[in-house]
Amino acid sequence: MIYRFFAELGAYWLFLRQVFRRPERFAEYRKAFWRDVDALGVKTLPLVAIISLFMGAVVTIQTALNLEDPLIPRYYIAIAVRESILLEFAPTIVSLILAGIVGSNISGSLGNMRITEQIDALEVMGINPAGFLVLPKIVANVLFSPILLIFSMSGGLVGGYLAGWWLGLLSPGEFLLGLRLEFQPFYIAYSVFKMTVFAFFIASIPSFFGYRVKGGPLEVGHASTQAVIATILSIILFNYILTDLILQ
Amino acid sequence: MISVRNLHKSFGDQHVLRGIDVDLQPGKCNLIIGLSGSGKTVMLKSILGLIQPDEGTILYDGRNLREMEHSDARKVRQEMGMVFQGSALFTSQSIEENVRLPLDFFTTMTAAEKKERVRFCLERVRIEKSAHKYPAELSGGMQKRVAIARAIVLNPKYLFCDEPNSGLDPETSLVIDALIQDITHEYGMTTVINTHDMNSVLEIGEHVFLLKGGEKVWEGTNDEILEAENPAVVDYVFRSNLMKRVRTALNRQ
Repeated sequence: MIYRFFAELGAYWLFLRQVFRRPERFAEYRKAFWRDVDALGVKTLPLVAIISLFMGAVVTIQTALNLEDPLIPRYYIAIAVRESILLEFAPTIVSLILAGIVGSNISGSLGNMRITEQIDALEVMGINPAGFLVLPKIVANVLFSPILLIFSMSGGLVGGYLAGWWLGLLSPGEFLLGLRLEFQPFYIAYSVFKMTVFAFFIASIPSFFGYRVKGGPLEVGHASTQAVIATILSIILFNYILTDLILQ
Repeated sequence: MISVRNLHKSFGDQHVLRGIDVDLQPGKCNLIIGLSGSGKTVMLKSILGLIQPDEGTILYDGRNLREMEHSDARKVRQEMGMVFQGSALFTSQSIEENVRLPLDFFTTMTAAEKKERVRFCLERVRIEKSAHKYPAELSGGMQKRVAIARAIVLNPKYLFCDEPNSGLDPETSLVIDALIQDITHEYGMTTVINTHDMNSVLEIGEHVFLLKGGEKVWEGTNDEILEAENPAVVDYVFRSNLMKRVRTALNRQ
């Protein structure tokens, strides 16, 4: 099992070396990049917005339930919501959800291209298939991830604000006061960094699994499942490592 | 000419190719035939460079792909066109985009020149009216034509076809065979076709060789194959009832 893990890690490394080989023609990679920005980034925005909105609302309700003490000011609820969303929910939970949605999409599409010989066709043409198909996805995902993150943070805070006001948990004034109180801009940078690392995993790990599929549609499905599991585990592991390294 | 010398390939303990020697001739349709599992696809993929052989050399007009720098090998690859068994068209791109892709990557043509070249190739395979459609909107035969157009768009020296007639009706198969042969003669390409369709062998097999158990057991032309006395050829060619009747008719003459 340990041998297999390191063999897979080595294969992943070799795959990345192939991906980051010098592009044959930048213009074609650029076109693929914009297609991937649309497919992997822009099209996931509505989903991220909805998830974040409700996530913020739920965090507000749960925090309010746990801080029902007349000695604790109500704006503390907003502080707790802000810290939860900025530090953990927006970068990590959204990444885990994207690992499922975007990851299975990438793995499935590359796996399908592999079994229908489209990847072989590119190779015969003299195009580096790993570079042409995967590099734009990684770059698009990594560069678009801060936008998704800011979107998710904003959505979460708006959700918290609306839930607090709608359910009478705290007033809009208290919520806004809590949001601003002892705010540390570094937390945003920390989250952006974390999200960027996760975005790299979300694009590269499913690509690795999809790219080397052998067999038929059943194996493509199997590879997608494995890709999502491996991506989620990587995110969870690196979430711990990065939190320990940066915030400790 | 493509020269294959002492080609060996194994997968685990399965020895798939056992020292194949063959010269694939320019301006002709060279057909690799054999039963399933005889090593045809492995041989074709080895010649294409998609599989690394364990032993042996493959020379493309004297050039060895395995000994070249990556950039030089890529230039040789641009001299190759391939028609895959399932056509391998890019499903997210239109027919025009599929055929244009090699031009986008490897030429400095203007947009107008590319458009003209794509139009010429699509006309050559008689599918120009479907230029703006997507692969899923075309029949199997039409997809094969598009795959041929894409394969010839860079004026390749070598054309490879993996089972070009699989899944096609007899009439469409004849059209595809004729198209491949015409293009081969027109551009003097070295065409290598992997097939087990005896009709194709008889129609366009200008240079045929039979693989059995990973070895080349016979080499000749489509005219010679019906008269060959090699037991492996007789066993392969006259396996179907149709061909048994052909043999009976030939014996009567």
